[in-house]
Amino acid sequence: MFENLYLVYLAPLMGVDLILQGLFIGALFALIAYGLALVWGVMNVKNLAQGDMVILGGYISYQATLWGYHPMLAMPVAIILMFGLGWLIYALIIRRVVDRDMFTSLLATFGLSLLIQQVLNLIYGPEVKVAESGFGNFQLDTFIIIQNVRLYSLLIAGALAIAIVIFMKKSRMGQAIRATAQDARAARVLGINTDRVYAFTYALNASICGAAGVLVAMIWVIQPYYGIVYSIRAFIIVTAAGLGNLPGVILTGFGLGAWENVAGFMFGAEFAVAAVVIMLVLVLMYRLLQSYRVRQVVR
Amino acid sequence: MTSARKLDLRVYAGLILFGIITPILFPNYTSQVAVMWLMVLMAVTWDMTGGQMGYNSLGNVIFFGLGMYASAVVQISMFADVAEYTASFGAMYVEFTEVQYFTGLALGIVVGGIVATLFALLIGPFMLGLRGPYFAIGTLGLAVAVAELIAGWGYVGAGSGISMPVYPGVAGESTFVWYILMGVTALLAHLFVRWLYSTQFGLAMNAIRDDEDKAEAMGIRTTRYKVLTWAASAFFLGMGGAIFGNMSGFIEPLEVAFPTATFGIFMVAMALLGGKGTLWGPVLGAILFHIVKEATWTYLLGWQWVALGAIIIINIVYFQQGILGWAQDKWPAAFGLTVDRGPGDQPTGDTRPEAAE
Repeated sequence: MFENLYLVYLAPLMGVDLILQGLFIGALFALIAYGLALVWGVMNVKNLAQGDMVILGGYISYQATLWGYHPMLAMPVAIILMFGLGWLIYALIIRRVVDRDMFTSLLATFGLSLLIQQVLNLIYGPEVKVAESGFGNFQLDTFIIIQNVRLYSLLIAGALAIAIVIFMKKSRMGQAIRATAQDARAARVLGINTDRVYAFTYALNASICGAAGVLVAMIWVIQPYYGIVYSIRAFIIVTAAGLGNLPGVILTGFGLGAWENVAGFMFGAEFAVAAVVIMLVLVLMYRLLQSYRVRQVVR
Repeated sequence: MTSARKLDLRVYAGLILFGIITPILFPNYTSQVAVMWLMVLMAVTWDMTGGQMGYNSLGNVIFFGLGMYASAVVQISMFADVAEYTASFGAMYVEFTEVQYFTGLALGIVVGGIVATLFALLIGPFMLGLRGPYFAIGTLGLAVAVAELIAGWGYVGAGSGISMPVYPGVAGESTFVWYILMGVTALLAHLFVRWLYSTQFGLAMNAIRDDEDKAEAMGIRTTRYKVLTWAASAFFLGMGGAIFGNMSGFIEPLEVAFPTATFGIFMVAMALLGGKGTLWGPVLGAILFHIVKEATWTYLLGWQWVALGAIIIINIVYFQQGILGWAQDKWPAAFGLTVDRGPGDQPTGDTRPEAAE
């Protein structure tokens, strides 16, 4: 179990490589988590289908490679398609759970996540798929080899994040979203069509997931059932960073990416998922202890 | 009150009669009905925390899987070396005599229940401190984590699982044994929760569901109640898992023991379908769900899981109160409920708001 630890001790640059690789993918996690925080903060819906939307975006780029296009070209297509799908899901399901209790939205989106998984499974089968990008690597050192696709995905994730932030600050819709997040009733009184705002927010989240999914399909592999881990990662980041805390989300995303990459190497690939999920439990426990400090608890 | 009691007795009598007649008249359906009793058990135990206490767990399947694995380890370790047995992937055949097998089985089922209970007592104080959606996500995460850890643990066969000891008796007889065990466990669990809900403990559970902070302020030691309730539901679920492990003959962490996407979500869906927070709702929901599932599954040709997701969504979004919850709203008198239709004319009965965050 600890042979790999010794390996890193022998070649410290390898540790640098592990952390670097982790930071690159952490940007993607932060992007997905930002979408979740958006939906959570604005409409108080905990979207457990988040990861499955990511995987859906991944399959869009995989489909592009099947048709002979480069997966990167699928990015705008995924963004537009997922926006439409997000709007449709909102109209059919989410609209009816927005003002209900928390568990309703959680369970409804869990059902949605099962639905997406199974439809993907029927269409593409349960094998793992990859959208081959063919970007190659570049080498900084004997031990530091970085896939170019990871570098590009970091840049694209950054560009998307900046675009979203500018959109939220400057555009009328962005302002309406922020107003609704602050006080939905007051926003309604002041003439904002909150239903439209909710629909737009959910659709925007879906297209963020779709864009992230295109990158995920190029960096790793995708499989219909891999979605839940992305949902859990997004929940870890949002729970740890808090809602409406964009720098926190980005930092936690990087941290989680690095942790996951290092833990996956140290403990072996079979414990990589467990390392992520245990992190969720730890973060929740930390939040719990924090609340105990505020609130006296009867045992 | 007495009419409700009489009704309960009649339903019990009807279910027991059904349970006895089915294997005699339709022996081919015995194993399906055995699984139905398991479903009833799952829905009833989920409802203890989910419906009655307001703690909606998505990870109760942990106890199911732990009970299964604990009983497997006990049954094998009595007469063989577990690590060696699992490493051989079923090639090592251990001949169990009948006495050995049945003592192992009995011990395994009990230990399965106890291990699940202990685990609930261990994690309960931490997990149950989480509220609302955090509890649901936390338990879901824990179930995935436990499944992944067991899938990486070589001693219990890791991802390739364990083949359970083979039943020593006459062929075909085993089905009836599992049927009886499953039915009796489900019945015991239901009798237990019926008694539990009628005690002061049950009232405290409902108080926690209705408003935990107020309950705490009234001096109810909420954490203690929550943990004990979860542990009790874990005990029955652990026994159910132990029996199901033997029934399926082969156990494996991701699909059989900790199936968060099938049994884990079924138990929630069934309790919600029948009406969560009612005594008979989960039973009704489980029976209906299982019958519909078994009757339509094979004709859907791969689309059944899609249909399942759709059913859950429709159930949650459009019909959350469930069948019995709806009936209670409509005819409260038949359930021995008195309704205070105050000046605001609140909708009655089961439509309670979740405790505020």
